[in-house]
Amino acid sequence: MTTRRQFLLLAGGAAVSAAVQAELPPEIAAQRHAALQEAVRKVTGGAPVRTGRVKLDIPALIDNGNSVALSVEVDSPMTEAEHVKAIHVFTEKNPQPYIINAHLGPRAGRGRITTRARIADSGSVLALAQLSDGSFWSDSVSVVVTLSACSEDGLT
Amino acid sequence: MARVVVNVPKQARRGEILEIRTLAGHNMETGFRRKAGGELIPRDIITRFSCRYNGVEVFSAELHPAIAANPLIAFSTIATESGTLEFLWTGDNGYRATVAAQITVA
Repeated sequence: MTTRRQFLLLAGGAAVSAAVQAELPPEIAAQRHAALQEAVRKVTGGAPVRTGRVKLDIPALIDNGNSVALSVEVDSPMTEAEHVKAIHVFTEKNPQPYIINAHLGPRAGRGRITTRARIADSGSVLALAQLSDGSFWSDSVSVVVTLSACSEDGLT
Repeated sequence: MARVVVNVPKQARRGEILEIRTLAGHNMETGFRRKAGGELIPRDIITRFSCRYNGVEVFSAELHPAIAANPLIAFSTIATESGTLEFLWTGDNGYRATVAAQITVA
């Protein structure tokens, strides 16, 4: 006889496998991953990107991919000599990798931006900061999306 | 017709970091959605946002279809002098919205 506990475990497992199937087909996922790499290279011009100094704040579990609040904070004194020039945010699984390119300067006072994004599918979200000395720093967060943006199109 | 709101303090001390929040009423049609008949709905988004402080651009951003409808953009700038902050949104199909906010810096 199936106890209620066993039933719930089974039902939970079924829900998880359904979520896995909702992911992008591997070849499209690979294409989009390549598009992300290309977009990052366009910004950096091939310069090395180090992790650190950037903090991307985005919920790891996203109920609704149509509107996801995110903020990026870069550790910088924001002086004339040393400041954040730009903050770029990318996502791995959307049809296009770009979310926002923000241009700041020493007059910003603080290297921080906030916006709301659409995230199509579970994957990584990448924040990239360009500093005035020409260096690039990044932070990425792996997010799980339960209701995709563009879900009515079936993720294509 | 374009509805936009900005949140800028009316008064500030010189050197203070101002938190500025902006919202534009726009549905940011991605260009990836289809109608029931299968044809693509053309892209219609805001592509650029900028903030000028007494005529000098202190912040700008390029927006993409991955920005949610009714784009929120929040950033900061240092209060340098009294004057005007002008905000400008431009986008597809000739979209253009502007708003200005006065600030008194003591």
